[in-house]
Amino acid sequence: MTKADIVAQIYEKIGLSKKEASDILEIVLGTIKGTLKEAEIVKIAGFGNFLVRKKGARKGRNPKSGEEIEITPRKVVTFKPSIVFKGLVNR
Amino acid sequence: MTKAELIEKVTEKMNSLTLKQTEVVVNLIFDSVKDALAKGEKVEIRGFGSFRIRNRGSREGRNPKTGTSVSVPPKKVPFFKTGKELREIVDS
Repeated sequence: MTKADIVAQIYEKIGLSKKEASDILEIVLGTIKGTLKEAEIVKIAGFGNFLVRKKGARKGRNPKSGEEIEITPRKVVTFKPSIVFKGLVNR
Repeated sequence: MTKAELIEKVTEKMNSLTLKQTEVVVNLIFDSVKDALAKGEKVEIRGFGSFRIRNRGSREGRNPKTGTSVSVPPKKVPFFKTGKELREIVDS
């Protein structure tokens, strides 16, 4: 499933125009991205939480050359699915 | 930010929909992702990330009360992989 399929569902099930459906999807995604940029948690009840975690520096290895390299500290997004979501995929 | 706050912000930016209408659309978006994964499909959202199922194998667990070992059955978990654009936005 891609963005186009989600847009089609909004169009078919709710009756917004394809333009409106596409606009609202982009705004939803953009709003979530903007919030994560500020390192703020995004909690979607029934779906899950997106949160930003700070990772410290660690040593890695170039898998090709075997050479040891320093992995710089970074911020990463993690997703914790809700209990409802986890239950849904195990039925 | 909670879902209610997300709906408020989206309504402000859309300005052609009521709060209630936006709520219906936002719920549909998250439901469509859940439904796709429930059916075993993968969801790819460009610039944001992708959702897919990851299989967790069975493992030996322990009953924390009695200490007896129990086998935990294999299960599926929803997994999100951050897209390139989002990864860069967050780490900048």
